[in-house]
Amino acid sequence: MAEQVTRKPYVREVPRLRWFFRHPRYLRYMAREVTCIFIGAYTLLLLVGIRRLAEGQAAYEGFLQALKGPASVLFHVVALVFALYHTATWFNVTPKALPVQIGEEFLPGRVVAGAHYVVWALLSLAILFLAGVF
Amino acid sequence: MSERLVELEVLRYNPETDSEPRFQRYSVPCQSEWVVLDALNHVKDNLDPTLSYRWSCHMAVCGSCGMMINGEPKLACKAFLRNYEGVIRVEPLAHFPIERDLVTVIDDFVTKLKRVKPYLIPKQDKPVSEGEYRQTPAELKKYKQFTLCINCMLCYAACPEYGLIPKFIGPAAITLAHRYNQDSRDGGRDERQKEIATTEGVWECSFVGACSEVCPEHVDPASALQQVKIKSTVDWYKEHLMPWLNK
Repeated sequence: MAEQVTRKPYVREVPRLRWFFRHPRYLRYMAREVTCIFIGAYTLLLLVGIRRLAEGQAAYEGFLQALKGPASVLFHVVALVFALYHTATWFNVTPKALPVQIGEEFLPGRVVAGAHYVVWALLSLAILFLAGVF
Repeated sequence: MSERLVELEVLRYNPETDSEPRFQRYSVPCQSEWVVLDALNHVKDNLDPTLSYRWSCHMAVCGSCGMMINGEPKLACKAFLRNYEGVIRVEPLAHFPIERDLVTVIDDFVTKLKRVKPYLIPKQDKPVSEGEYRQTPAELKKYKQFTLCINCMLCYAACPEYGLIPKFIGPAAITLAHRYNQDSRDGGRDERQKEIATTEGVWECSFVGACSEVCPEHVDPASALQQVKIKSTVDWYKEHLMPWLNK
């Protein structure tokens, strides 16, 4: 008769916080995710601006003045860099989520990602036009 | 053919005598064209017959020899020694319990695979006399890439979500569900959606993308999961905002 087989599987614990240092790909993922905080922060700034506008001209002028301060300029530069990084990293993975099959073949991934960049540029131009830049 | 002495550091675990795994060093005389699996076979045949690991085909088809090689999920039969310098650390696939040495307990994956019904569920059964279920080349191409999965589970070892939240159905199983959902001959999507369009299904995925980076067959599970998310979201909008479509 066969010997009794004892099983005692060993479970390795996964570190809750340090896992993303295991490989650069996990750090890249965390960078993509964490940069969204700056987009959220900028949205809050816009909401504050709308609130100041509602409070009257003096409040709004004060808000505009505050935007010109060095801390504000620094925040804008940092937020812009992170927002661009966040946007580009997401646009670059759109071909995975939205493959487009025409007939038998799939459109190359760069066409799908490129379309996002084109729409982004057009929308940005439209907003700049509405803001009276041109 | 040149020979090189390779230092292997293999994680050993004997459930009958060990309370936890430990590393063991082997100096293995290897040929330049060998893969890590060849080195392990040399150890087993010549140095230490007690070493346990799974393998079968030695040609990246069977999906049995998945293990962590220098911390990266790899098929041992596809990991060429010439691409490694210094000591090569070999461990069992991450995120799975260790049965013995490099052998892991894969019951969790197998159970999840069954749950997603990875087989054709025809829209309506027809007798053989009525002929085959036909498909155009374009319909085939829609899902063909996802049929290449060999169930090696490297994607589970790479997926941090699965490591942190083991109830996550995971990349390969959801990809196979998507493979059948995308098949023009299939009518089983509603049954599979009950499993995969859930929190522990596709919504546990945060699109790290590691699964696709380590997949030895270029199945691109991350792509399948994002497509499932979009289709499930469209389902939700149709159900809640366009109820007249449900009649």
